[in-house]
Amino acid sequence: MQEDPNLYDYWAYEKRPKITWPNGAKIAFWVAPNIEFYELNPPENPNRKPWPQAYPAVGGYSIRDYGNRVGHERQMQLLDKYGIRGSISLSTALCDHHPEIIEMCAERDWEFFTHGVYNTRYTYGLSQEQEREMIQDSVDTIEKHVGKKPAGYLAPALSHSEHTIDLFAEAGGIYTCDLFHDDQPTPVKVRNGSRFISIPYSLEMNDTIAYVVNKIEPRRYGQIIKDNFDRLYQEGDEFGTVMCIPTHNYQVSCPHRMRAYEEALEYITGHSDVWVTTGREIADFYLENHYDQALSSIKQQQESIA
Amino acid sequence: MSLDKKFLEYPMRRYGMDHERYSWSMLSQRPKIEWPNGKKLALWVNVCLQFFPINQQGKPFKVPGGMTMPHPDLRHYTLRDYGNRVGVYRFLKAFDKYGIRPTFAMNTRLAERNPYLLHALKERGDEIACHGLHMDALHYGGQPIEDERQQIDHALTRLRELSGQDVTGWLSPARSESANTPDLLAEHGIEYFSDWVNDDMPYAFKTNSGEITAMPLSNELEDKFILMDNKHSEQSYVEQICDAHDFLLGEAEQQGGRILALNIHPWMLGQPHRISKLEQVLEYITAGEKVWSAGAANIRNAFLSQTKDA
Repeated sequence: MQEDPNLYDYWAYEKRPKITWPNGAKIAFWVAPNIEFYELNPPENPNRKPWPQAYPAVGGYSIRDYGNRVGHERQMQLLDKYGIRGSISLSTALCDHHPEIIEMCAERDWEFFTHGVYNTRYTYGLSQEQEREMIQDSVDTIEKHVGKKPAGYLAPALSHSEHTIDLFAEAGGIYTCDLFHDDQPTPVKVRNGSRFISIPYSLEMNDTIAYVVNKIEPRRYGQIIKDNFDRLYQEGDEFGTVMCIPTHNYQVSCPHRMRAYEEALEYITGHSDVWVTTGREIADFYLENHYDQALSSIKQQQESIA
Repeated sequence: MSLDKKFLEYPMRRYGMDHERYSWSMLSQRPKIEWPNGKKLALWVNVCLQFFPINQQGKPFKVPGGMTMPHPDLRHYTLRDYGNRVGVYRFLKAFDKYGIRPTFAMNTRLAERNPYLLHALKERGDEIACHGLHMDALHYGGQPIEDERQQIDHALTRLRELSGQDVTGWLSPARSESANTPDLLAEHGIEYFSDWVNDDMPYAFKTNSGEITAMPLSNELEDKFILMDNKHSEQSYVEQICDAHDFLLGEAEQQGGRILALNIHPWMLGQPHRISKLEQVLEYITAGEKVWSAGAANIRNAFLSQTKDA
């Protein structure tokens, strides 16, 4: 084990080349609904318990099931209303369990990226071969059900190994959502040498972090989303930024939380220089137009003090 | 380093759920429900009437809201008891003022210990449901089935005797269940239970003794969850309930009848500084013409009369 994951270089948030998003937009805005399946009785990973109590964990399991039965459709209506295509962080077994949800998303040309097979099957303890198999299974499942391989990966339940990002790059992926080190896309070093990037997927904007971990009030969640947007929009003038709202249908789509979320979406999409887009579109655009520039800028910054 | 190969095997990866308890469906795709008299939103106020024994055993865990201090934990015992002596009578006044017909989910031991309170509830004629034996009599994974069967039998038999009601509804203490709980409840004449929080409408739940109804009693909208667990302000409680009301009413206009289920505790909302928040919420909800206040059993009956498979 090393003291640094060795995935990216230091790159100061000043004197960076400007990213200009399509149509001159200052900010790329994307919403990433996690559409997840948690198992009621999964094999227990020795490194992390799936549920805090003995089988059956009625509370934890059933509120997550609420997301699929009730919440999904609610958030979808809201995203439709504001012209937002979701980028789904998908527990790919859900293609088997709830194909109706997959069809509704596919009809809307939403993006599917992989979030592992189940959110109760962690990366911890897997051998590299096992992790490769799990990732490949998830990639193949998405391709089989929607006809297109996923471009991005968010490891299941944010559980990682030292090989996670390398393995996903080797499976043909181009971006990761697992790194929270920046407000812009950045190059990520992977062992196969492919052009691979990180796209900001904010933990701070994540509804589950806000509601379950930080236990904040719904209207405050709406306010911090707007504040986050305001600053990134302003800085987008100088740098070109990315804002992501990661959501969970069992949190944000509860009846008492919809209003605050809707107000935030209305606010953001009411601005003129916002590119409302998906993770894959951000990745493709960045790799095509700004990736090489970023590498030179990182090198330049390092050399400027040499 | 590697894990057993079962970790990458998925025997329940299939259409629908990964268990046999209920079938998969999305709320928005189901037939529209109409509540009596053209109402759009059913208001189910569920009052938890709880007895927390001071000699708590905490098996297999300390019930949330229970004793936390060395014995005798007078602090928590008396603060919970406050709800049954003082808070609940503030609730009853508020219910009368706003025409609320609640369900009282009562620990059987409380019904035994506080006959005056039980009498007051019987006089009102509101529904009494069973909230288990008491708050330290948990149902839990790994509990021997015979023990649990006896516990349920005792809780229901006694509460039926004392209340004079059929007692067809159930809420487990701490909503904690064993794998057998739904089967044992059905075996003892329970028709609906409210531990599972995966829907905003009733649905059919399979047991060894036929189907019972899972009634949607949101945990996220519970007073204890918002005020005690999340430490939100009283004002935020009001906002959250009113926002939920507005949202569900809007959804009901599109998709058919919905239920706003408020699970409340007299030791929490019955405090002098909080009771006005409950009153504000009830005033807001009952102000329009679109809300039907009813107990859970009545809401269930109205639902079942319109659905074949529930």
